[in-house]
Parts: sequence; structure tokens; C-alpha cells
Amino acid sequence: MRTLLETRLLPAIVVAVIVVMLPYFFPSAYYYRVGALVFIFTLAVVGLNLLMGFAGQVSLGHAGFLGIGAYSVVIGPVYFGLPSWLCVFVGATVSGAVAFLVGRPILRLKGHYLAVATLGFGLLVAIVLTNEASWTGGPDGMSVPKLALFNWQVRGSDAWYWIAGTTLVGGFVLALNLMESPTGRALQAIHDSEIAALVLGIDVARKKLTVFVISAMYASVAGSYLALFNGHVTPDVAGFLRSIELVAMVVLGGMGSIVGSLVGAAVLVVLPQVLTIFHEYEQALLGFILMVFMIFLRRGIVPSVAATFAGRRK
Amino acid sequence: MRLLQRFTVTALIGFLALLTGENFASAQIKIGSVLSVSGPASFLGDPEKRTLEIYVDEINAKGGVNGQKLQLIVYDDGGSADNARTFASRLVEEDKIVAMVGGSTTGSTLAMIPVFEEAKIPFISLAGAIQIIQPVRSWVFKTPHTDKMACEKIFADLKARNLTTIALISGADAFGKSMRDQCVAVAPNAGINIAIEESYGPRDSDMTPQLTNIRNKAGVLAVVNPGFGQGPAIVTRNYRQLGIALPLYQSHGVASKQFIELAGPAAEGVRLPAAALLIADKLPADDPQKPVVVDYTRTYQQKTGQAVSTFGGHAYDGLMILVQAMQRAKSADKARIRDEVERTKGYVGTGGIVNMSPTDHMGLDLSAFHMLEIKGGDWTLVPGS
Amino acid sequence: MAELLQFVFSGLTVGAIYALVALGFTLIYKASDIINFAQGEFVMLGGMTTVFVTLAGVSLPLAALIAIIVTTAIGLALHRFAIEPARGASPVALIMITIGASIFLRGVAQIIFDRRFHSLPSLFGGDPIKFGGAAILPQSLVVLASAMVIVTLLWLFIDRTLLGKAVIATAANRLAARLIGVDTRRIVDFSFAVSAAIGAIAGVLITPIALTSYDVGTLLALKGFAAAMLGGIGSALGAVIGGLLIGLFEALAAGYLSSNYKDAVAFLIILVVLVSIPQGLFGRTKIERV
Repeated sequence: MRTLLETRLLPAIVVAVIVVMLPYFFPSAYYYRVGALVFIFTLAVVGLNLLMGFAGQVSLGHAGFLGIGAYSVVIGPVYFGLPSWLCVFVGATVSGAVAFLVGRPILRLKGHYLAVATLGFGLLVAIVLTNEASWTGGPDGMSVPKLALFNWQVRGSDAWYWIAGTTLVGGFVLALNLMESPTGRALQAIHDSEIAALVLGIDVARKKLTVFVISAMYASVAGSYLALFNGHVTPDVAGFLRSIELVAMVVLGGMGSIVGSLVGAAVLVVLPQVLTIFHEYEQALLGFILMVFMIFLRRGIVPSVAATFAGRRK
Repeated sequence: MRLLQRFTVTALIGFLALLTGENFASAQIKIGSVLSVSGPASFLGDPEKRTLEIYVDEINAKGGVNGQKLQLIVYDDGGSADNARTFASRLVEEDKIVAMVGGSTTGSTLAMIPVFEEAKIPFISLAGAIQIIQPVRSWVFKTPHTDKMACEKIFADLKARNLTTIALISGADAFGKSMRDQCVAVAPNAGINIAIEESYGPRDSDMTPQLTNIRNKAGVLAVVNPGFGQGPAIVTRNYRQLGIALPLYQSHGVASKQFIELAGPAAEGVRLPAAALLIADKLPADDPQKPVVVDYTRTYQQKTGQAVSTFGGHAYDGLMILVQAMQRAKSADKARIRDEVERTKGYVGTGGIVNMSPTDHMGLDLSAFHMLEIKGGDWTLVPGS
Repeated sequence: MAELLQFVFSGLTVGAIYALVALGFTLIYKASDIINFAQGEFVMLGGMTTVFVTLAGVSLPLAALIAIIVTTAIGLALHRFAIEPARGASPVALIMITIGASIFLRGVAQIIFDRRFHSLPSLFGGDPIKFGGAAILPQSLVVLASAMVIVTLLWLFIDRTLLGKAVIATAANRLAARLIGVDTRRIVDFSFAVSAAIGAIAGVLITPIALTSYDVGTLLALKGFAAAMLGGIGSALGAVIGGLLIGLFEALAAGYLSSNYKDAVAFLIILVVLVSIPQGLFGRTKIERV
């Protein structure tokens, strides 16, 4: 039992257990939908966490990759006749390629300058998606053809719950393995001190680019799932507010904490649903809660909670 | 620190309790609404929400529908089609509504349609684009005039004034883009030539570059501005700033008297197609819409202290059509309500006189639009329209 | 030629707006290294409060003054109750707090004010000034002038006053500043208050041109932040130049290229500039000590 608890894949096992156990508490399909949304966003957040939490690079435009993934599952089937599942991979590849091209010049920037550059990138993607209406349907968006797996049309929130949940567990496993790999360690070194990492012979630029590409691909798959699940996609999926939402999920859950990604995503997906009972005060309360969380649990929910437990054990 | 942890846990439990406790059973008829109350489309969603709330209260005060009170459940999608879809799912699965009036934007409507079609719940949309009802979907209806109709009305007026070469300057938002697309499609048939097109971001503060290009284009005789919210007001002001003397047409998205206030003296001479609602007090006494629009105007202004808006009027029409269908069906059965909505004939609303049919799920024709001109800081009816 | 002039006028109008917003980012950053994303909401509060106070019957100048005072108080409160308690948190956490604050302020504004658009009367009337075949609104010149005045005042303050030096000291090394007797908390208080005031003044001056509503803050903060970074964060002059440049890029792109892509062109140019000059136009290269 001890070794099971100490295995590096523990977070993935925990998530797998959560994914399997949660439906027992679901009274209706609406909950499956919320659950599926949480998992989909967690996938994007895990990728962003690798970039922000581990490598210490900030990205205020990550929803751009969400958008690329989302639109690839519309444009592919509608204009090129490709099957939807293939387009998920195509989207991830395109996102990775874009991240590679954009990342090389941008990642030389530091801190707030990097933030603005990524912000600009996200906005550019959103603008292109809004304007190229002949491909993207413009601001009103387009309907997304349903995903078909082995002649079975995937429909229903419960089906997507399982698809998203399984992919998430896979994403966790990948991320956890990455963290423990030499690349992961190099990223941590870069986060702690770029100069020291350089001195140690780590190819800083290359490692940063690698994690940027990986995080883009995570976001792209999440975006594809989002589009397929919703059945409709609009350019908002790549918008500035969406990017900020993703960053908030990372920070809220705990930068650098993979499990925190799930917590952060869960809070920001479920909270607006819960807050609807406050009607007019919904937004004000959301902002207030966000502030309170960040002031008192400033390292993020999971690290702060873990720290208090660790403190108590003494 | 421990105190805070306890507080957080208690608060979380409290929230969850509130969430589950909300849906107590009752013998009320549940009507759902997902509106863009906040966010980029709040110009549409806010008056819609206020209208629905005011009139559900009024109907309940008079005894409700078929002896039962109405319960209105409104969710704010913040302008996001994704959120709209989640709320639609919630309305169907959790709140168990029997009918839906909502969907402020075309994007959110299109995202929600599959949910309501699958659940077989009648859905009256408050959005403008023609593809909501074309192709006809058996469970989906809408109350606002289509943007295609707005273009046709404007082009008819342009043709009558012999202004057949025009410029288009549209907002890059969904409303502006959709109407721009319709105008481009309809122009050849209407005998109108669009010589130049420009666009602006919905939150831009200066459109003089675009208007300068339009002014410099030879042969342009009039300018049409599809858009909503603050954009048209700024376009109109810039128009005057640049001293452009060509006739300017706004769209029905301009929707309320506030536009005249915001555009100021620049609004003089601007024409736009609008429903009778905007000129309630100027309608001839025998106009069948007059009592309805005068009453709505008075009630809305009284209850909210704000000027009436066409978008609120669409919500009013949606609610009333639904309620009257329920009364005719004498039941709260979703399928019967849907059938009765489809049988709406001669409903006199703020948008016009509605006659639905199995092939027409909107029920308005061009006569529902009047061409208005702004004179002396107020709306006036252009004669003969 | 006349049209180029008009595009330039348009660019200066919009750019001056961005410049004023960007200035608000500068002082807080100078004193505390924080990027305050609620800066856009300060602009919104300045405009909306003035509108609603005038609707209640108060004269415009007094209403503007009230709005500025109220917004300054809110800026102070933001620091005292939201930022100060979180001192020591990572920069990203602090930014998240300011984002939470901006959402909160937007949410409150919706309830206290309303969700419609509003305007204010221009200071010198709405008649445009015609020059060389182009027209510019007098209010645009007012905004431009105030940006220059504020830059000058800020420079004088930082360079010539003891308090200004204390701000620099706090930014350079907080602990060292406290050791020499600088009340760093008051300094940061002060920077938040002044930034809020700048934001409110911006709001009052911008509204006659750009109108105002409860959610103008978001886009303004975005553009203002980009402008501040373009000019080099920490440089007040850079913030103004950055704002004006972005406005000019947008106007020229709208006029000569495509009005659909004008924002995209502006951001593309920002990206290119930042990649070539990583610290912005007037920013100081950060020397990292190992």
C-alpha cells in the first residue's frame, strides 16, 4: 500500500478513481455535462500548468490553441470530409506546429513581456477565426458534426463524460511522466534559475519550446473535445476571457500541481453554476471569491491545503 | 489558518446545500430562459430579462395561466454560447421546464437548439438571424424580425429615393456580420449596388478611417450601418465630425431612444427600420399595435426607469405568444404547447402582427417594419412605410 | 494627403485613450512590480460614476471630482484589503487578485449603475476642428494634452521630490527601502491611489469620445497593458508613446489595409517590436544578478 501511495502516478490513480466514482452521485445528465466540462478544461489546464507552473512561463493567450483544436474538428469534416476523430489529431499537430513557429521568437521574452506576446497571439487567433467567415462561420460560429467512433455516433453527456475522463487520466499519466523525466527536471531547473540552468548546460530555449508545444497540444485536444461535445463552436472559444479563465484555473488550483489543475478547473466550472442562485450578484461574488481564494490560499488550493496537512503532521 | 479552513469547508457545504435545495417541487408552470444579461450582448439580454420578469409577475398577479402560476427561471450566459448550452442542459434536466423563451444571440441560440430539440421542448428564440428558422425546425420559433427583412426594408427605401449605390459599414459582432451578409445577398435582387464595405470592432471608439475611405469612394450615394450597441452611435457622431452629407441608414439593432441621446445632433436625418414599439405614441389611433406598444412602453418605463428597447419587446412577444398558446392548449404539455405556438394567428405584439404556420416559425412580414427618420431629436414615421 | 491626416487624427484620438490607461499601469508597477488588471475598471468607475452623479442633478465638474475621489478610495481599498494581505505571494497570484478585483468591480458596477451605454458632454463642445481637410474633435486634443501633463507631472514627481525617490527605492529593493526608513506600505498605498485617480481622470475625459458602460474596462485594460509593455513597463513616457503608436497602427491599418484586421495588425506589430526589443521601446533592460 505504501508503495502505491508513493508512486509518482498517484495523482493519475486518484483522478481515475474520481472519474469512476463520481457518476454514482449524479442525479441527471446535467451533472454528467458539468463533469465532462470539468475534465475537458482540466486537460487544457494540465498543459498550461506544465508551462506556467513548471517552466515558469506565463501564457495569456492559451485559448488560441483551444480555438485551433475546436475549429479543426469543424473545418476538417465540413470542408475536407475527414473523420472527426482524425481531426482531433490533426488539430493537435497544427497547434503544435503553430506553437513551434510562434514559440521560438516569443519565448525569448521574459515575464510581463512574454505575457503581452502570448496575449497578442491569442487575440490574433480569435481575430482570424472571427473574420474568415467562409471557413469558420464568423462570429456566429458553426455547428460541429458529431464524433463517430466505429460507426457509433457519440451523443449524450454521459458518453462524453467517459471520453473526457479517460483522456484526462491519460493526460495526467503523460504529464506526470514528463515531470519526472530529464526534461521535467530541466524545466524545474529553468524555473528556479534560468541562468543556473544555462550554466549547467541545459538547452533552455529548446526545453521551453518543447513544453510550450506540449501545452499547446493539450489545449488543442481539449478544444476539440469541447467543440465536439457542445456541437457548436464560436470564436469566443479562443477569446481573451477564455485565456484568463485558464490561467485562473492554473493559479487557483496551484501552479505546478497537476492535481491542482483538476481542482482549479472544477472550481471555475462549478462555481458559476452554483452562483446562479445569487442572480444579479453572480459576477460580483465570483470576483470576490476569486480574490479571497488568492489572498488566503495564495499558492493555490492544493499546495496550501497540502502544506497545512504537512504542517500538522509535525 | 485552521479557522479559515473550517470556514471554507462550511461555506462550500452551504453552497452545495443551497444548490440542491433550490428545486423544491411545486405546482407551477416552469418557463426557462437563457439570456446574455452580462457580457458583450448585455444590450440585448438586459432588457429581455427585465421584460420577462415584469410580465411573469403581472401574469401571476392576474391569476397565472390555466389556474397555475408561472415560474420563470433565468440564467445568464454572459454572451458565451458554451455557457448557454450548459444552462440549456440544466433547464431541461434539473429545472424540468416545459418551454423556453430566450437565446439573446444567434450563437447561443444555435448552440442550444439541439438540446431543446432532443428534449422536445418548444423554444422561442429572441435572436435575429434567419438561419434559426430556415430550415424550419419543428420545436424552434423566433420573435424578432430577421436581419434579411431589415435589409429588404432599407433597400426598398433606398430604391424609392434612387440611392442605388451604397457603402456598408458594419460592426464585427455577430449581429452586424449576420445582417451584413444578408444585405450583400439581397442587394442584387433589390437593385442595390454595394460599392465599398468597411467594418469596425464593436468596442471601437473612432471609425473615422473607415468613414474616410467611404467618403473618398466615388459614386456612393448612401451609407448603411448594420450594428448594435454603442458602435452605431459613434459611427453617427463620426459621420457628422467628417461632415459627410450622404443619407445614413442605421439598423434595427439600434433599438432604442438612447441612440438618439448618445448620437446627439448627429442623429438628425438618420433613417432606420424599426418595429412600431419605437414610435408608440406616434402611431395612428386605429393601428392595431398601438394599445399593445403604448402599454408595454408605459409599464417598462415605469418599472425600470429606462427607455423601452426593441429587444425587450421581442421578449415580451415571446412570452405572450407562449402564454396564449398555453391558454389555447389548456395544458402544460410540451407537445400541445408547441402545436399551439405554431398555430399563432393574428397575435398583435410589439414587433408586429404574428401569423405562424408549419412553414413559417416567425410569422412576421415586411409590414411589421416601419421606416423611421430622426427629426428634432425624436423618431418620426417616414410617410408611406 | 487629407486622408492620411484623418487617419493620423483618428490614431491620435484612440491612441491618447490607450495612453491615459497605460499610464495607470506604470505607477503601480514602478512601486510594487504588480500589473494591476483592475486598472480598466478604474477608468470605468471614473466615467460611470460621473454619469450617474450628474444624472442625480450634480454639476459636471463636481460630479467628476466626486468620481475621482471615489475611485481613488477604491484604489486604496484594493491595495489595503486585497493586495497588502497577500504580500509575499507570487506575482501570478497577485495578478490573479487584481483580475478577481476587476471581475468584482464589474459585477458591482452592473448592480449599482446599469448595463447601458452612457456619454458625457465634451469639455469644449462637439464641433470638430477642421485642419488640412481632416477633422479632429477638441476632446481628443484634451485627452492628448492631459496625457502629456500627467507624464510631465509624474516625471517631476519621481525625479524631483523625495516621495518620488522613495517610490523608486521601494521598487528597487523593498527591504532596503524599509531599512532606510521608507514606509513602503504607504508608498504602495500612494501609488495605487494615484493610479486610480489617473484612471478616473481618464474615464471622465474619454467618455465624451468613446462612451462608457459597466464593461469598458476589459478591453481598455488589455490595450492599455499592451501599450505600457510596448513602451517599456515602468516608463511613463513609454506608456504614452506606446499608446499613441498602437492607436496609429490601428487607424492606419483600418484606413489602408483592412478594417477587419486592424487590431490584428496592431498586435502583430507589437509582437515584432517586442521580439526585436525585448524590454520595450523605453524600458530598462533588467539586469539579472546571479
